[in-house]
Amino acid sequence: MTLHRRTLVQVLSLALLLALWQVAAMLVQDRVLPLPTVVFNVMVAGFQDGEIPYNIGITLLRVVASFALAMVIGVALGIAMGRNRGLDRFFDGWLILFLNVPALVTIILCYVWFGLGEVAAISAVAINKIPNVVVTLREGARALNPDYTEMAQVFRLDRAKTLRHVVLPQLFPFVIASARSGLALIWKIVLVVELLGRSNGVGFQLHTLFQLFDVAGILAYTLAFVAVVQIIEVGLLQPLERRANRWRR
Amino acid sequence: MAPLTQFEIDIRQKLFPSVGAAPAHAALRDLQMNLRSSEFVCLLGPSGCGKTTLLNCIAGLDRDYDGRIVLPSVHGRAQPAIGYVFQNPRLLPWRTVAENVELVLDRTDGDRSQVEELLAATGLEPFRHTYPARLSLGLERRVALVRAFAIEPDLLLMDEPFVSLDEPTAQRLRLLLLRVWRDRPTTVVFVTHDLREAIQLADRLLLLSPAPGTVLAEVAIDIARDRRSDPAAIEDFRTRLIRENPLFHRDF
Repeated sequence: MTLHRRTLVQVLSLALLLALWQVAAMLVQDRVLPLPTVVFNVMVAGFQDGEIPYNIGITLLRVVASFALAMVIGVALGIAMGRNRGLDRFFDGWLILFLNVPALVTIILCYVWFGLGEVAAISAVAINKIPNVVVTLREGARALNPDYTEMAQVFRLDRAKTLRHVVLPQLFPFVIASARSGLALIWKIVLVVELLGRSNGVGFQLHTLFQLFDVAGILAYTLAFVAVVQIIEVGLLQPLERRANRWRR
Repeated sequence: MAPLTQFEIDIRQKLFPSVGAAPAHAALRDLQMNLRSSEFVCLLGPSGCGKTTLLNCIAGLDRDYDGRIVLPSVHGRAQPAIGYVFQNPRLLPWRTVAENVELVLDRTDGDRSQVEELLAATGLEPFRHTYPARLSLGLERRVALVRAFAIEPDLLLMDEPFVSLDEPTAQRLRLLLLRVWRDRPTTVVFVTHDLREAIQLADRLLLLSPAPGTVLAEVAIDIARDRRSDPAAIEDFRTRLIRENPLFHRDF
């Protein structure tokens, strides 16, 4: 009942946004603000000739690669820093530095140092994301329950078992939180990386369309992209989180 | 039962260093006890007398003490296996009852039928796939008991495992503990502040002083094992003990 109601409200509010767009486009009467129907047609054409799926696919691959890299390195570093005070003190300065380096600077430097290639592109995105993951996971590792650690110690669980069954489940909410915010950040940075130094992907396409002042194309790409991101969120991240939380009352 | 000393505990001093304005705190001083093989020892003492600290030293969780704890290897194991039933059950909430027990088993402990037997003997069979959040405290404590026995411990440490339960539940769990222990004999150190509980369970009772904890008195409990469920036998023993030994004249 309430769920249906919420969905209804959401649909209505999006419909209102669409209507506003329609009205604004009709008032402006210019190709810088095309009608929703025009954008829709461009999107359909883009899907038919395979251009939109191809570029979104390329971008998705980059997202997956840099996301995986950032999560693995960030989680490992975060746990290490949360558990080891010496390490934490030593790397804290680095962390603050990297947290504050603008994404654009990292991207430019990666392209300059590693060349205009895939390695530079993916590392640039990962380097932007790693510090956030580290900060979140460090909080989680600091909050580990010593009761469980002692239990693991008395019953002589080996390191691998302790990590997998005692430590990581406690960190899971922090991993999910950083994955969520991480994905949101990575989507955005990947486009900039593509715009600056790749010859395919959504970012590159947007750049090309911008040079042509093709706003309909830009909006078509944007909407398709947002849809894909939502599908991943609802279809992948949310079920994963529900599954991992099924033990909660 | 040969009265062979199996484990030796000799703590000259256990000091918690001062933190900020709080002065250093001596939790234990000159505390000696020897544990015989398959003996059930109860440590009785007022709260704050360092009972949990002592268990943590024996368990190896706290190594920062002055003294010596000798726990020789048993049954060809490199170190003795120690089972610990904590005051809070400390079950992992993301694992079911059976998964919590299985976690502490080595891959080499091939005998998983042990676990099945223990779950059946403690009435946990219907809850094997239940997550701890859905269990009552009494049931959670049964699981903690099963987990500790599942590793076939050479030494079993129990830290007030039945506090904050209603008396009938606590009594059921005590009898359950005695039954499981009878079938799987092992050396037990059981901490409590309840004199009746100590008399009901133990072969030997050690009375600890307020902090810094040391052994004030040692009492052998000679009530036959088959009369331990009889409240009158426990009460008789208690009355006699309090009359004969003024140290027990506290409000236990």
